[in-house]
Amino acid sequence: MALTLPLFLAMVLGHVVGAGGALLAPTRAGARGLTTLGAIVGGAAGLVLGFDTLIWGTPFRLEIPQLLAVAGGVSLHLDRLGAFFLLVVEVVAIPSALFGGAYSRVYEGTHSLRPLGVMLNLFLLALSLVPLADNVVTFLLLWELMSVASYFLVLTESDRRETRQAGLWYLAMAHGGLVLLMAAFLLLAASAPSTGFADLRTAAAALPAHTRNTVFVLVLLGFGSKAGLVPLHVWLPLAHPAAPSHVSALMSGVMIKMGVYGLLRVALDLLGGGPPWWGGTILAAGVVSALLGVLYALMEQDLKRLLAYSSVENMGIIFLGIGAGLLFQSYGLTALALLGLVAGLYHVLNHACFKGLLFLGSGAVLHATHTRNMEELGGLIKGMPRTAFCFLVGAAAISGLPPLNGFVSEWLVFQALLGGPQLPRPELGLIMAFAVAMLALTSGLAAACFVKAFGITFLAMPRSVHAAGAHEVPLAMQLGMGALAVACGALGVGCTLVVPSLGAVVAGLGGLPAGLMTGMPGLTLEMPGTVGVIAPAALAAGLLLVPVAVLVAFRLGGVDRRLRVGDTWGCGRIGQTPRMEYTATAFAEPLRRVFAELYRPTEDLSIDFHPESKYFVQSIAYRSEVHPWFERLLYAPIVSFLRRMAFRVRWLQAGSLHLYLLYMILALVVLLLVSRWTS
Amino acid sequence: MRHVVAAGQTSLALLLAPGLAGLIRWMKARLQNRRGAPFWQPYLELRKLFGKEVVVSSNASWLFRAAPFVIFASTVATTALVPVLAVPLAFDTMGDLVVLVYLLLLGTFFLALAGLDPGSAFGGMGASREVTVAALAEPTVALAVFALALSAGSTNLGQIVAATLADPASAVSPGHLLAFAALFIVTLAETGRLPVDNPATHLELTMIHEAMILEYSGRYLALIEWAAAVKLLIFFALLGNLFVPWGVARTLTPDALLMALGTFLLKLLLLAATIAVFETRVAKLRLFRVPELLSVSFVLALLAVSSSFLLR
Repeated sequence: MALTLPLFLAMVLGHVVGAGGALLAPTRAGARGLTTLGAIVGGAAGLVLGFDTLIWGTPFRLEIPQLLAVAGGVSLHLDRLGAFFLLVVEVVAIPSALFGGAYSRVYEGTHSLRPLGVMLNLFLLALSLVPLADNVVTFLLLWELMSVASYFLVLTESDRRETRQAGLWYLAMAHGGLVLLMAAFLLLAASAPSTGFADLRTAAAALPAHTRNTVFVLVLLGFGSKAGLVPLHVWLPLAHPAAPSHVSALMSGVMIKMGVYGLLRVALDLLGGGPPWWGGTILAAGVVSALLGVLYALMEQDLKRLLAYSSVENMGIIFLGIGAGLLFQSYGLTALALLGLVAGLYHVLNHACFKGLLFLGSGAVLHATHTRNMEELGGLIKGMPRTAFCFLVGAAAISGLPPLNGFVSEWLVFQALLGGPQLPRPELGLIMAFAVAMLALTSGLAAACFVKAFGITFLAMPRSVHAAGAHEVPLAMQLGMGALAVACGALGVGCTLVVPSLGAVVAGLGGLPAGLMTGMPGLTLEMPGTVGVIAPAALAAGLLLVPVAVLVAFRLGGVDRRLRVGDTWGCGRIGQTPRMEYTATAFAEPLRRVFAELYRPTEDLSIDFHPESKYFVQSIAYRSEVHPWFERLLYAPIVSFLRRMAFRVRWLQAGSLHLYLLYMILALVVLLLVSRWTS
Repeated sequence: MRHVVAAGQTSLALLLAPGLAGLIRWMKARLQNRRGAPFWQPYLELRKLFGKEVVVSSNASWLFRAAPFVIFASTVATTALVPVLAVPLAFDTMGDLVVLVYLLLLGTFFLALAGLDPGSAFGGMGASREVTVAALAEPTVALAVFALALSAGSTNLGQIVAATLADPASAVSPGHLLAFAALFIVTLAETGRLPVDNPATHLELTMIHEAMILEYSGRYLALIEWAAAVKLLIFFALLGNLFVPWGVARTLTPDALLMALGTFLLKLLLLAATIAVFETRVAKLRLFRVPELLSVSFVLALLAVSSSFLLR
């Protein structure tokens, strides 16, 4: 359709107006309103644009060679892969913007809302344009805009020391990644006539194997640091919780997915796939991330940090699917390759929905109780029933429970991995079997983790006055959560409508054939390569019908329907207090013991006895902490090296502008000389 | 016809389940020189519970009252997938073994939440232990699925049964036997039998399942107890019919179905006797020794997959 250009302009203008309005509106309320309105209008236009391209395949192309002419101009092109990621962005962006409009009100009077509004719209603009970038300079500029805008968003509550620290980690990791990406693109572009992606694609085929391998390793590290792959995930549990909750939803739900997009774009599209060890490495990174992510999530008492670690886990699951897909692709097993990639992509969409929902839910909890510490929460289901229900849907979806969406994509990943025996080498099949076992362990632990997250936060008795006084959040916030909760259900039950179109997203990339997935969408999800079937709609119908049947049977069978409300049984003790409840720490204690070797917890117990008899305890102090020791092992040397170097070169930064101008001229001269000698 | 048989075998499994639990109890009592309650005792208990008033804790929310229905529904849905008498059946297209595992996880998830809801320390303790055991049993189940799918080329339960029936020698292959052993240990853990959990005690130091449902009464308790009994039967049916599929009807003639019913009851009897003897012989493990038991089952399952690969 010819509507793509107006849609594109509406998307860009929406965000620009949102950003400008936030800056220029006469009143605070006006600034907040324009921020939200711009973000929603821009998001809606992007959503339609993405749908249009994904379903009908309408390509969108826009070249502005005059802009940044030195570096090849700005070039935008939307294909199906980009359109899918654009959709993922907007599906979370619209509810988050709606939620954020009401949520950011708490900052009124303490923080300026204007920079928040500007940065939010710039961030959304960058997120929705990154999948459109069609040459190196456009891509890197948008990528950097995305990182920097989100850095400022993380710093919203910059009066807290831990926020500033988180911001520093984030900035350092984002730029470390950027440097690796620049190196990778330079290697790719060295022999190409221009930096346009189409030219890179043709040039990449002629590159020697070692260059291709180097490029792959660089992009895996560069995009992996954005995606939060272990061990490059360190910034993620720091930065995501520090940001305002609707920004956390965007960062965890959407931004880290751009790492997946970048990896697919370069490794699969531009390079066209590679030797088996590429897929194998991604697979291994996926297994490690999934398992360590969920294990550290289990140990968290901070609700938002728990969700951030769980994002690491889910990125692991996504990379499991994609790694399996690339592995199959390198052996020419196209049906299985498609299945693995589709499984990864579907989990991208699904994780965006439920992690966005859960972060918005944690924002609602924070809004109502002013704490993220689960040990001070509890009983919120009574004061905030709608938030609780939405959070429950998200928790069930992320635990992979049928018939919600997380279940469908995890099932698809399982099916892809179960194709392992078709690989020509039995040891690879065994690795796949091991990956199946680890994925199962991950999903079991994720269920445990979200029983804890929902159960301790929302159920039983409130553990503090804040939690006891919690009230339901404003309607706009409820709508934001509700929309994502509906999406979680619809993507599960209606997966047969969505999944076949995902086949078209990766078809044609890296030599994968189109038309493998053109089955009529029916009740049962069957794809080439799967060894099983599911029919989530039928399962959902069954799961709804059985309780109805039971209730009817109760009525017909004359079952006693009386109900009395009494106290919880407390071994004869009258008057139950919240201190008798199980805590979040206690809930995770069995698993902490099982994985003690990994956690290496530090424990500190001091008991104050009565002076007369040691059988009377006056007070008990217990402290226990889990520190990811391998992070320290890996990053402590790097940090101390950087510090030493920074100390050494400090004399360069004397604070005199003249001196800095001199540096620039010197650098220019040196560069000119170097280019003279080398050419 | 297929739908009738499918619905029939699901109802049959639901109706047989309490009797199976009672049978194990009776056998255990006889082995321990007690007279024991008759095997139909659980039916009487269910009738009694359905006729009683419900007491709900003042701390509990709507989730506590909804959970029994979710648990029962997930168990019924799981039962619909299990080949009890005949293959292939109408419900085979609803889901495969992986779906079955996740449906069981759905029940566990809501049972654990319901355990936390009344705010009692017992419930929290039970919920915490239950999710721990369930999570650690998960990789073994997945590998057992992998081993079965490897020899049958499918994760659909009907096709696994059909494949083993077509090639009887595969039932005694090392892969199958090891996977059977692994899944047997998981059965003990998932259904709360000794040495993981003690179904006969309310002592707080040992209990998992009983601790979670301590606050339940009346019809809610009846639904949960029934679902627990059905879960035991599901695992028995998987052990009996996936690994030793002889007797499972492949045509829907009355003769074949009767034969299938007879062999199925015989398999249940044998497995019940095994559990009864086992539970009389072993003591309850300390909670923190349970992961060791489960890692044994994991190693067995890993060996099952490896041997299937090597002998392919």
